[in-house]
Amino acid sequence: MERIAQSPLAVYQAYLDRGELAYQWSLEASRAVFYPRLICPYTGSERLEWRLSAGLGTVYATTVTHPRDGAPYNVALIDIDEGFRLMSRVEDIAPDAVAIGMRVKFRLHRPGGDEPPYPVFVPVATPTLPSPGPAGGA
Amino acid sequence: MGGLQRGSAAIVGVAESDLGAVAAEISPIDLMAQGIHRALADCGLALKDVDGLVCATAQSRTSGLNLAEYLGISPAFIDTTILGGSSFMFHVAHAQMALQLGLCQVAVIAYGSTQRTIGRRHASVHEYNPYETPFHPFLPSTAYALAASRHMHQFGTTREQLAAVAVAARQWALLNPVAWEKKPLSVPEVLAARMISYPFTVRDICLVTDGGGAVVMTTAERARSLKKPPAYVLGCGQAITHANISSMPDLTVTGALASGKAAYDMAKLGPGDIDVLELYDAFTINTILFLEDLGFCAKGEGGRFVEGGHIAPGGGLPVNTNGGGLSYCHPGMYGLFLLIEATRQLRGECGARQVAGCETAIAHGNGGVLSSQSTVILGVEATV
Repeated sequence: MERIAQSPLAVYQAYLDRGELAYQWSLEASRAVFYPRLICPYTGSERLEWRLSAGLGTVYATTVTHPRDGAPYNVALIDIDEGFRLMSRVEDIAPDAVAIGMRVKFRLHRPGGDEPPYPVFVPVATPTLPSPGPAGGA
Repeated sequence: MGGLQRGSAAIVGVAESDLGAVAAEISPIDLMAQGIHRALADCGLALKDVDGLVCATAQSRTSGLNLAEYLGISPAFIDTTILGGSSFMFHVAHAQMALQLGLCQVAVIAYGSTQRTIGRRHASVHEYNPYETPFHPFLPSTAYALAASRHMHQFGTTREQLAAVAVAARQWALLNPVAWEKKPLSVPEVLAARMISYPFTVRDICLVTDGGGAVVMTTAERARSLKKPPAYVLGCGQAITHANISSMPDLTVTGALASGKAAYDMAKLGPGDIDVLELYDAFTINTILFLEDLGFCAKGEGGRFVEGGHIAPGGGLPVNTNGGGLSYCHPGMYGLFLLIEATRQLRGECGARQVAGCETAIAHGNGGVLSSQSTVILGVEATV
Protein backbone atom coordinates (compact mmCIF):
# COMPACT_ATOMS: atom_id res chain seq x y z
CA MET A 1 0.00 0.00 0.00
CA GLU A 2 1.18 3.47 -0.84
CA ARG A 3 2.00 5.65 2.14
CA ILE A 4 0.38 9.09 2.20
CA ALA A 5 3.13 11.65 1.58
CA GLN A 6 1.12 14.78 2.36
CA SER A 7 -2.08 15.07 4.37
CA PRO A 8 -5.21 16.46 2.70
CA LEU A 9 -4.98 19.45 5.05
CA ALA A 10 -1.34 20.07 4.12
CA VAL A 11 -2.21 20.06 0.41
CA TYR A 12 -5.13 22.43 0.99
CA GLN A 13 -2.91 24.79 2.95
CA ALA A 14 -0.16 24.64 0.33
CA TYR A 15 -2.68 25.88 -2.23
CA LEU A 16 -3.74 28.65 0.13
CA ASP A 17 -0.09 29.62 0.61
CA ARG A 18 -0.06 30.29 -3.15
CA GLY A 19 -3.29 32.29 -2.88
CA GLU A 20 -5.51 29.56 -4.31
CA LEU A 21 -8.72 28.09 -2.91
CA ALA A 22 -8.63 24.39 -3.70
CA TYR A 23 -11.13 21.60 -3.20
CA GLN A 24 -11.42 17.96 -4.13
CA TRP A 25 -13.46 16.50 -6.93
CA SER A 26 -14.75 12.94 -6.53
CA LEU A 27 -14.34 11.18 -9.87
CA GLU A 28 -16.83 8.47 -8.94
CA ALA A 29 -19.48 10.72 -7.38
CA SER A 30 -18.91 13.51 -9.94
CA ARG A 31 -19.25 16.13 -7.24
CA ALA A 32 -17.13 18.35 -5.06
CA VAL A 33 -15.85 17.17 -1.68
CA PHE A 34 -15.04 19.55 1.16
CA TYR A 35 -13.30 19.50 3.63
CA PRO A 36 -10.44 17.63 1.94
CA ARG A 37 -10.05 14.00 2.91
CA LEU A 38 -8.61 10.64 1.83
CA ILE A 39 -11.92 8.93 1.07
CA CYS A 40 -14.93 10.29 -0.80
CA PRO A 41 -17.88 10.49 1.66
CA TYR A 42 -20.37 9.84 -1.16
CA THR A 43 -18.84 6.69 -2.64
CA GLY A 44 -16.02 5.49 -0.38
CA SER A 45 -13.66 5.87 -3.31
CA GLU A 46 -10.06 7.07 -3.03
CA ARG A 47 -10.31 8.70 -6.46
CA LEU A 48 -10.28 12.34 -5.41
CA GLU A 49 -8.53 14.94 -7.52
CA TRP A 50 -7.64 18.48 -6.54
CA ARG A 51 -9.26 21.37 -8.38
CA LEU A 52 -9.06 25.12 -8.05
CA SER A 53 -12.14 27.13 -7.25
CA ALA A 54 -12.90 30.34 -9.13
CA GLY A 55 -13.60 31.73 -5.65
CA LEU A 56 -17.17 32.86 -6.20
CA GLY A 57 -20.00 31.91 -3.89
CA THR A 58 -23.22 32.82 -2.10
CA VAL A 59 -23.84 33.36 1.61
CA TYR A 60 -25.85 30.35 2.83
CA ALA A 61 -26.14 31.26 6.52
CA THR A 62 -24.80 34.10 8.64
CA THR A 63 -24.53 35.27 12.22
CA VAL A 64 -22.83 37.99 14.21
CA THR A 65 -21.05 36.64 17.23
CA HIS A 66 -20.58 39.02 20.17
CA PRO A 67 -17.55 38.26 22.32
CA ARG A 68 -17.51 39.50 25.89
CA ASP A 69 -14.49 41.62 25.02
CA GLY A 70 -13.90 43.05 21.58
CA ALA A 71 -15.97 43.90 18.55
CA PRO A 72 -18.76 41.69 17.18
CA TYR A 73 -17.71 39.68 14.12
CA ASN A 74 -19.32 37.78 11.29
CA VAL A 75 -19.35 34.00 10.93
CA ALA A 76 -20.92 32.67 7.76
CA LEU A 77 -21.36 29.53 5.72
CA ILE A 78 -20.56 30.11 2.06
CA ASP A 79 -21.85 27.95 -0.79
CA ILE A 80 -19.10 28.00 -3.40
CA ASP A 81 -20.19 27.85 -7.03
CA GLU A 82 -18.29 24.61 -7.68
CA GLY A 83 -20.64 22.84 -5.26
CA PHE A 84 -19.12 22.83 -1.80
CA ARG A 85 -19.75 24.74 1.41
CA LEU A 86 -17.31 26.13 3.94
CA MET A 87 -17.26 28.22 7.07
CA SER A 88 -15.74 31.67 6.70
CA ARG A 89 -16.57 35.32 7.26
CA VAL A 90 -17.49 38.21 4.99
CA GLU A 91 -15.23 41.23 5.32
CA ASP A 92 -15.29 44.84 4.07
CA ILE A 93 -18.87 45.39 5.29
CA ALA A 94 -20.42 45.59 8.75
CA PRO A 95 -20.92 42.09 10.20
CA ASP A 96 -24.68 42.63 10.48
CA ALA A 97 -24.86 43.78 6.84
CA VAL A 98 -23.93 40.28 5.66
CA ALA A 99 -27.09 38.75 4.23
CA ILE A 100 -28.12 35.31 3.07
CA GLY A 101 -28.05 35.18 -0.72
CA MET A 102 -25.30 37.80 -1.03
CA ARG A 103 -22.76 37.06 -3.76
CA VAL A 104 -19.21 36.97 -2.43
CA LYS A 105 -15.71 36.30 -3.67
CA PHE A 106 -12.67 34.68 -2.09
CA ARG A 107 -9.84 36.71 -0.60
CA LEU A 108 -6.85 35.23 1.15
CA HIS A 109 -6.35 36.26 4.75
CA ARG A 110 -2.87 36.00 6.21
CA PRO A 111 -3.19 36.25 9.99
CA GLY A 112 0.57 36.23 10.46
CA GLY A 113 2.64 34.55 13.14
CA ASP A 114 2.38 30.77 13.18
CA GLU A 115 -1.22 30.78 11.99
CA PRO A 116 -1.64 29.56 8.40
CA PRO A 117 -3.57 31.65 5.83
CA TYR A 118 -7.28 31.02 5.45
CA PRO A 119 -10.06 32.03 3.05
CA VAL A 120 -12.34 34.97 3.80
CA PHE A 121 -14.88 36.54 1.47
CA VAL A 122 -15.88 40.01 0.34
CA PRO A 123 -19.01 41.16 -1.46
CA VAL A 124 -18.80 40.78 -5.23
CA ALA A 125 -20.50 44.14 -5.69
CA THR A 126 -18.35 46.39 -3.54
CA PRO A 127 -20.56 48.92 -1.79
CA THR A 128 -19.83 52.61 -2.24
CA LEU A 129 -17.57 53.83 0.54
CA PRO A 130 -17.53 55.27 3.10
CA SER A 131 -21.30 55.45 3.63
CA PRO A 132 -24.27 54.01 1.74
CA GLY A 133 -24.35 56.19 -1.34
CA PRO A 134 -27.05 56.69 -3.97
CA ALA A 135 -28.62 53.65 -5.60
CA GLY A 136 -26.53 52.04 -8.30
CA GLY A 137 -23.30 52.71 -6.46
CA ALA A 138 -22.27 49.14 -7.13
CA MET B 1 -38.38 -10.60 13.40
CA GLY B 2 -35.38 -8.92 14.92
CA GLY B 3 -34.64 -5.42 16.04
CA LEU B 4 -35.88 -3.76 19.18
CA GLN B 5 -39.31 -4.97 20.25
CA ARG B 6 -41.97 -2.45 21.19
CA GLY B 7 -42.43 -2.53 24.96
CA SER B 8 -39.77 -5.20 25.65
CA ALA B 9 -38.09 -3.00 28.29
CA ALA B 10 -39.09 -0.17 30.57
CA ILE B 11 -37.72 2.69 32.62
CA VAL B 12 -38.53 1.79 36.21
CA GLY B 13 -36.48 4.20 38.30
CA VAL B 14 -35.45 7.81 37.76
CA ALA B 15 -33.66 10.44 39.82
CA GLU B 16 -31.72 13.64 39.54
CA SER B 17 -28.51 14.06 41.49
CA ASP B 18 -27.82 17.41 43.11
CA LEU B 19 -28.48 20.10 40.52
CA GLY B 20 -27.62 23.72 39.89
CA ALA B 21 -24.39 24.54 41.68
CA VAL B 22 -23.06 21.52 43.57
CA ALA B 23 -20.69 21.44 46.54
CA ALA B 24 -17.02 22.20 45.95
CA GLU B 25 -14.87 19.22 44.86
CA ILE B 26 -17.91 17.08 43.98
CA SER B 27 -16.96 15.06 40.89
CA PRO B 28 -19.10 13.99 37.91
CA ILE B 29 -18.72 10.40 39.12
CA ASP B 30 -20.02 11.43 42.58
CA LEU B 31 -23.11 12.81 40.88
CA MET B 32 -23.58 9.65 38.80
CA ALA B 33 -23.34 7.50 41.93
CA GLN B 34 -25.74 9.75 43.83
CA GLY B 35 -28.19 9.60 40.92
CA ILE B 36 -27.92 5.80 40.71
CA HIS B 37 -28.48 5.42 44.45
CA ARG B 38 -31.60 7.60 44.29
CA ALA B 39 -32.95 6.01 41.10
CA LEU B 40 -32.56 2.51 42.55
CA ALA B 41 -34.41 3.64 45.70
CA ASP B 42 -37.12 5.05 43.40
CA CYS B 43 -37.87 1.56 42.04
CA GLY B 44 -36.93 -0.60 45.03
CA LEU B 45 -33.86 -2.21 43.50
CA ALA B 46 -30.33 -2.29 44.94
CA LEU B 47 -26.85 -1.93 43.54
CA LYS B 48 -26.42 -5.73 43.74
CA ASP B 49 -29.20 -6.06 41.15
CA VAL B 50 -27.35 -3.90 38.61
CA ASP B 51 -25.53 -5.88 35.92
CA GLY B 52 -25.68 -3.30 33.13
CA LEU B 53 -23.79 -0.01 33.41
CA VAL B 54 -24.26 2.78 30.89
CA CYS B 55 -22.94 6.30 31.31
CA ALA B 56 -21.52 9.39 29.65
CA THR B 57 -19.91 12.63 30.76
CA ALA B 58 -17.70 15.16 29.01
CA GLN B 59 -15.38 15.23 32.01
CA SER B 60 -14.03 11.68 32.08
CA ARG B 61 -12.40 9.90 29.15
CA THR B 62 -13.11 6.49 30.67
CA SER B 63 -16.20 7.21 32.76
CA GLY B 64 -17.34 3.58 32.58
CA LEU B 65 -14.17 2.40 34.32
CA ASN B 66 -14.33 5.15 36.90
CA LEU B 67 -17.99 4.60 37.68
CA ALA B 68 -17.73 0.80 37.92
CA GLU B 69 -14.76 1.12 40.26
CA TYR B 70 -16.54 3.74 42.36
CA LEU B 71 -19.64 1.54 42.71
CA GLY B 72 -17.60 -1.63 43.27
CA ILE B 73 -19.32 -3.53 40.50
CA SER B 74 -18.16 -5.50 37.48
CA PRO B 75 -21.12 -5.21 35.10
CA ALA B 76 -21.90 -7.91 32.52
CA PHE B 77 -22.92 -5.21 30.04
CA ILE B 78 -21.28 -1.82 29.71
CA ASP B 79 -21.75 0.99 27.21
CA THR B 80 -20.25 4.47 27.27
CA THR B 81 -21.40 5.73 23.89
CA ILE B 82 -20.90 9.48 23.72
CA LEU B 83 -22.49 11.48 20.91
CA GLY B 84 -23.22 14.72 22.72
CA GLY B 85 -26.32 15.57 24.70
CA SER B 86 -28.43 12.93 22.95
CA SER B 87 -26.15 10.12 24.22
CA PHE B 88 -28.70 9.02 26.81
CA MET B 89 -31.40 8.34 24.21
CA PHE B 90 -28.88 6.20 22.36
CA HIS B 91 -28.22 4.55 25.73
CA VAL B 92 -31.90 3.66 26.14
CA ALA B 93 -31.84 1.82 22.81
CA HIS B 94 -28.57 0.09 23.71
CA ALA B 95 -29.87 -0.91 27.15
CA GLN B 96 -33.09 -2.20 25.61
CA MET B 97 -31.00 -4.25 23.19
CA ALA B 98 -28.96 -5.72 26.04
CA LEU B 99 -32.07 -6.49 28.11
CA GLN B 100 -33.86 -8.03 25.16
CA LEU B 101 -30.86 -10.26 24.38
CA GLY B 102 -30.46 -11.23 28.03
CA LEU B 103 -27.01 -9.65 28.26
CA CYS B 104 -28.12 -8.04 31.50
CA GLN B 105 -31.23 -7.88 33.71
CA VAL B 106 -31.03 -4.40 35.22
CA ALA B 107 -29.26 -1.54 33.49
CA VAL B 108 -28.57 1.91 34.91
CA ILE B 109 -27.89 4.92 32.69
CA ALA B 110 -26.01 7.69 34.50
CA TYR B 111 -24.73 11.20 33.92
CA GLY B 112 -22.84 13.78 35.92
CA SER B 113 -21.37 17.21 35.22
CA THR B 114 -19.81 19.93 37.31
CA GLN B 115 -19.33 22.39 34.44
CA ARG B 116 -20.74 25.35 36.37
CA THR B 117 -18.46 24.78 39.35
CA ILE B 118 -15.27 24.18 37.37
CA GLY B 119 -16.08 26.37 34.36
CA ARG B 120 -17.24 25.34 30.90
CA ARG B 121 -13.76 25.69 29.45
CA HIS B 122 -12.47 22.96 31.75
CA ALA B 123 -15.53 20.73 31.51
CA SER B 124 -15.32 19.87 27.82
CA VAL B 125 -12.51 19.71 25.33
CA HIS B 126 -12.94 21.87 22.26
CA GLU B 127 -11.30 20.10 19.36
CA TYR B 128 -9.35 22.24 16.91
CA ASN B 129 -10.92 22.14 13.46
CA PRO B 130 -8.65 23.73 10.84
CA TYR B 131 -11.67 24.47 8.62
CA GLU B 132 -13.75 26.20 11.31
CA THR B 133 -11.66 27.27 14.30
CA PRO B 134 -9.86 30.13 12.46
CA PHE B 135 -13.24 31.90 12.17
CA HIS B 136 -13.76 31.78 15.95
CA PRO B 137 -17.25 30.33 16.05
CA PHE B 138 -18.45 30.54 19.65
CA LEU B 139 -19.53 26.91 19.81
CA PRO B 140 -22.11 25.67 20.08
CA SER B 141 -24.03 29.00 20.01
CA THR B 142 -22.70 30.23 16.65
CA ALA B 143 -23.64 26.98 14.93
CA TYR B 144 -27.23 27.05 16.16
CA ALA B 145 -27.42 30.76 15.30
CA LEU B 146 -26.48 29.89 11.72
CA ALA B 147 -29.35 27.39 11.65
CA ALA B 148 -31.69 30.04 13.05
CA SER B 149 -30.57 32.48 10.34
CA ARG B 150 -31.66 30.00 7.68
CA HIS B 151 -35.00 29.36 9.36
CA MET B 152 -35.67 33.10 9.60
CA HIS B 153 -34.64 33.58 5.96
CA GLN B 154 -36.62 30.71 4.50
CA PHE B 155 -39.74 30.78 6.65
CA GLY B 156 -39.95 34.28 8.10
CA THR B 157 -39.43 33.05 11.65
CA THR B 158 -38.96 36.02 13.99
CA ARG B 159 -36.91 36.73 17.09
CA GLU B 160 -40.19 37.15 18.96
CA GLN B 161 -41.19 33.61 18.00
CA LEU B 162 -37.84 32.29 19.21
CA ALA B 163 -38.36 34.24 22.44
CA ALA B 164 -41.79 32.64 22.87
CA VAL B 165 -39.99 29.30 23.29
CA ALA B 166 -37.89 30.72 26.14
CA VAL B 167 -40.93 32.29 27.78
CA ALA B 168 -42.90 29.03 27.65
CA ALA B 169 -39.96 27.16 29.15
CA ARG B 170 -39.77 29.71 31.95
CA GLN B 171 -43.47 29.38 32.69
CA TRP B 172 -43.06 25.62 33.05
CA ALA B 173 -39.95 26.11 35.20
CA LEU B 174 -41.90 28.25 37.64
CA LEU B 175 -44.03 25.14 38.27
CA ASN B 176 -40.95 22.98 38.94
CA PRO B 177 -39.55 23.36 42.49
CA VAL B 178 -36.04 22.21 41.46
CA ALA B 179 -35.74 24.46 38.40
CA TRP B 180 -32.77 26.84 38.40
CA GLU B 181 -34.71 29.92 37.25
CA LYS B 182 -37.25 31.30 39.71
CA LYS B 183 -38.44 34.57 38.12
CA PRO B 184 -40.93 35.20 35.30
CA LEU B 185 -39.59 36.08 31.85
CA SER B 186 -41.21 38.09 29.04
CA VAL B 187 -40.59 38.28 25.29
CA PRO B 188 -39.21 41.87 25.52
CA GLU B 189 -36.80 40.72 28.26
CA VAL B 190 -35.51 37.92 26.03
CA LEU B 191 -34.98 40.34 23.13
CA ALA B 192 -33.25 42.94 25.33
CA ALA B 193 -30.88 40.51 27.02
CA ARG B 194 -27.16 40.41 26.17
CA MET B 195 -26.58 39.40 22.53
CA ILE B 196 -24.42 36.28 22.16
CA SER B 197 -24.69 35.23 18.52
CA TYR B 198 -27.43 36.86 16.47
CA PRO B 199 -30.36 36.14 16.68
CA PHE B 200 -29.70 34.64 20.12
CA THR B 201 -29.45 36.61 23.31
CA VAL B 202 -28.37 34.86 26.48
CA ARG B 203 -32.08 34.05 27.09
CA ASP B 204 -32.30 32.08 23.84
CA ILE B 205 -29.52 29.85 25.13
CA CYS B 206 -29.59 27.08 27.72
CA LEU B 207 -28.36 27.48 31.25
CA VAL B 208 -24.91 26.52 32.41
CA THR B 209 -25.47 24.42 35.53
CA ASP B 210 -24.05 21.40 37.28
CA GLY B 211 -26.14 18.28 37.55
CA GLY B 212 -26.60 14.62 36.88
CA GLY B 213 -28.86 11.71 37.53
CA ALA B 214 -29.75 8.19 36.56
CA VAL B 215 -32.40 6.06 34.91
CA VAL B 216 -32.93 2.38 35.75
CA MET B 217 -34.15 0.03 33.03
CA THR B 218 -35.21 -3.58 33.15
CA THR B 219 -37.23 -6.08 31.15
CA ALA B 220 -40.98 -5.60 30.82
CA GLU B 221 -41.62 -8.73 32.91
CA ARG B 222 -39.47 -7.60 35.80
CA ALA B 223 -40.72 -4.02 35.52
CA ARG B 224 -44.25 -5.07 36.45
CA SER B 225 -43.09 -6.39 39.83
CA LEU B 226 -41.42 -3.14 40.94
CA LYS B 227 -42.55 -0.23 43.08
CA LYS B 228 -43.82 2.23 40.52
CA PRO B 229 -45.68 2.03 37.20
CA PRO B 230 -43.18 1.31 34.40
CA ALA B 231 -42.57 3.67 31.51
CA TYR B 232 -42.32 1.21 28.64
CA VAL B 233 -40.00 1.88 25.74
CA LEU B 234 -42.42 1.85 22.81
CA GLY B 235 -40.09 3.28 20.20
CA CYS B 236 -36.48 4.29 19.61
CA GLY B 237 -34.94 5.98 16.59
CA GLN B 238 -31.67 7.66 15.86
CA ALA B 239 -29.93 9.58 13.11
CA ILE B 240 -26.57 11.26 12.64
CA THR B 241 -26.27 13.82 9.84
CA HIS B 242 -22.88 15.51 10.41
CA ALA B 243 -20.41 16.50 13.12
CA ASN B 244 -19.57 20.12 12.27
CA ILE B 245 -22.15 22.72 11.27
CA SER B 246 -20.39 23.44 7.97
CA SER B 247 -21.16 19.84 6.96
CA MET B 248 -24.87 19.86 7.87
CA PRO B 249 -26.74 19.21 4.61
CA ASP B 250 -29.71 21.54 5.26
CA LEU B 251 -29.66 23.77 8.32
CA THR B 252 -33.45 23.79 8.56
CA VAL B 253 -33.95 20.02 8.52
CA THR B 254 -32.51 17.90 11.33
CA GLY B 255 -31.96 14.20 11.80
CA ALA B 256 -35.05 14.28 14.03
CA LEU B 257 -37.03 13.72 10.86
CA ALA B 258 -35.44 10.28 10.49
CA SER B 259 -35.08 9.47 14.19
CA GLY B 260 -38.72 10.42 14.79
CA LYS B 261 -39.94 8.30 11.90
CA ALA B 262 -38.02 5.27 13.15
CA ALA B 263 -39.37 5.75 16.67
CA TYR B 264 -42.96 6.21 15.46
CA ASP B 265 -42.67 3.13 13.23
CA MET B 266 -41.45 0.98 16.13
CA ALA B 267 -44.10 2.40 18.48
CA LYS B 268 -46.85 2.14 15.85
CA LEU B 269 -47.82 5.65 16.90
CA GLY B 270 -47.83 9.07 15.27
CA PRO B 271 -47.47 12.62 16.54
CA GLY B 272 -51.22 12.82 17.18
CA ASP B 273 -50.91 10.00 19.74
CA ILE B 274 -48.32 11.76 21.93
CA ASP B 275 -49.47 13.46 25.14
CA VAL B 276 -46.30 15.25 26.25
CA LEU B 277 -43.05 16.26 24.54
CA GLU B 278 -39.67 16.66 26.16
CA LEU B 279 -37.42 18.19 23.46
CA TYR B 280 -33.75 19.04 23.80
CA ASP B 281 -33.91 22.85 23.99
CA ALA B 282 -30.27 23.91 24.14
CA PHE B 283 -31.37 26.91 22.04
CA THR B 284 -34.80 28.33 21.27
CA ILE B 285 -34.51 27.30 17.60
CA ASN B 286 -34.20 23.64 18.68
CA THR B 287 -37.74 23.41 19.98
CA ILE B 288 -39.06 24.88 16.73
CA LEU B 289 -36.98 22.54 14.56
CA PHE B 290 -37.95 19.45 16.53
CA LEU B 291 -41.67 20.31 16.61
CA GLU B 292 -41.48 20.44 12.82
CA ASP B 293 -39.26 17.43 12.23
CA LEU B 294 -41.20 15.24 14.69
CA GLY B 295 -44.40 16.08 12.83
CA PHE B 296 -46.25 18.39 15.23
CA CYS B 297 -46.45 21.11 12.59
CA ALA B 298 -45.37 21.53 8.98
CA LYS B 299 -41.79 22.50 8.08
CA GLY B 300 -41.46 26.25 8.45
CA GLU B 301 -44.54 26.58 10.68
CA GLY B 302 -42.70 26.08 13.97
CA GLY B 303 -42.35 29.79 14.71
CA ARG B 304 -46.06 30.43 14.35
CA PHE B 305 -46.82 27.17 16.23
CA VAL B 306 -45.12 28.35 19.44
CA GLU B 307 -46.79 31.78 19.48
CA GLY B 308 -49.55 32.71 21.88
CA GLY B 309 -48.48 30.34 24.64
CA HIS B 310 -49.31 27.24 22.58
CA ILE B 311 -46.52 25.19 24.19
CA ALA B 312 -46.72 26.93 27.59
CA PRO B 313 -48.69 25.67 30.61
CA GLY B 314 -52.38 25.72 29.68
CA GLY B 315 -51.55 25.79 25.95
CA GLY B 316 -52.51 23.31 23.26
CA LEU B 317 -49.43 21.07 23.47
CA PRO B 318 -47.32 20.53 26.62
CA VAL B 319 -43.64 20.84 25.67
CA ASN B 320 -40.66 20.77 28.05
CA THR B 321 -42.73 20.55 31.18
CA ASN B 322 -39.73 20.62 33.55
CA GLY B 323 -38.70 24.06 32.26
CA GLY B 324 -36.19 22.63 29.82
CA GLY B 325 -32.53 23.29 29.33
CA LEU B 326 -33.50 26.94 28.99
CA SER B 327 -34.84 27.36 32.54
CA TYR B 328 -34.62 24.14 34.58
CA CYS B 329 -31.14 22.66 34.28
CA HIS B 330 -28.46 22.21 31.63
CA PRO B 331 -25.17 20.66 32.71
CA GLY B 332 -23.88 20.32 29.12
CA MET B 333 -25.36 16.98 28.07
CA TYR B 334 -29.00 17.42 28.92
CA GLY B 335 -30.64 14.33 27.41
CA LEU B 336 -30.96 12.28 30.59
CA PHE B 337 -33.26 14.87 32.16
CA LEU B 338 -35.73 14.53 29.28
CA LEU B 339 -36.08 10.82 30.09
CA ILE B 340 -36.53 11.59 33.78
CA GLU B 341 -39.28 14.15 33.16
CA ALA B 342 -41.08 12.01 30.57
CA THR B 343 -41.16 9.09 33.02
CA ARG B 344 -42.47 11.26 35.85
CA GLN B 345 -45.19 12.68 33.62
CA LEU B 346 -46.30 9.14 32.71
CA ARG B 347 -46.39 8.24 36.42
CA GLY B 348 -48.37 11.36 37.31
CA GLU B 349 -45.70 12.58 39.75
CA CYS B 350 -45.28 16.12 38.46
CA GLY B 351 -47.44 18.13 40.84
CA ALA B 352 -48.35 21.60 39.58
CA ARG B 353 -46.91 20.92 36.12
CA GLN B 354 -48.53 17.48 35.68
CA VAL B 355 -50.17 16.96 32.29
CA ALA B 356 -53.57 15.34 32.93
CA GLY B 357 -54.12 11.85 31.56
CA CYS B 358 -50.57 11.51 30.26
CA GLU B 359 -50.13 8.06 28.68
CA THR B 360 -47.45 8.63 26.04
CA ALA B 361 -44.38 10.84 25.95
CA ILE B 362 -41.55 11.68 23.60
CA ALA B 363 -38.07 12.33 24.95
CA HIS B 364 -36.06 13.70 22.05
CA GLY B 365 -32.31 14.15 22.37
CA ASN B 366 -29.98 16.34 20.35
CA GLY B 367 -26.20 16.26 20.35
CA GLY B 368 -23.29 18.23 18.97
CA VAL B 369 -24.44 21.05 16.68
CA LEU B 370 -27.75 19.48 15.60
CA SER B 371 -25.50 16.52 14.73
CA SER B 372 -26.97 13.50 16.51
CA GLN B 373 -30.70 13.06 17.01
CA SER B 374 -32.31 10.31 19.03
CA THR B 375 -36.00 9.90 19.80
CA VAL B 376 -37.46 7.72 22.55
CA ILE B 377 -41.21 7.16 22.87
CA LEU B 378 -42.40 6.00 26.27
CA GLY B 379 -45.83 4.81 27.32
CA VAL B 380 -47.80 3.56 30.31
CA GLU B 381 -49.02 -0.05 30.72
CA ALA B 382 -52.26 0.64 28.80
CA THR B 383 -50.29 1.60 25.67
CA VAL B 384 -48.24 -1.58 25.45
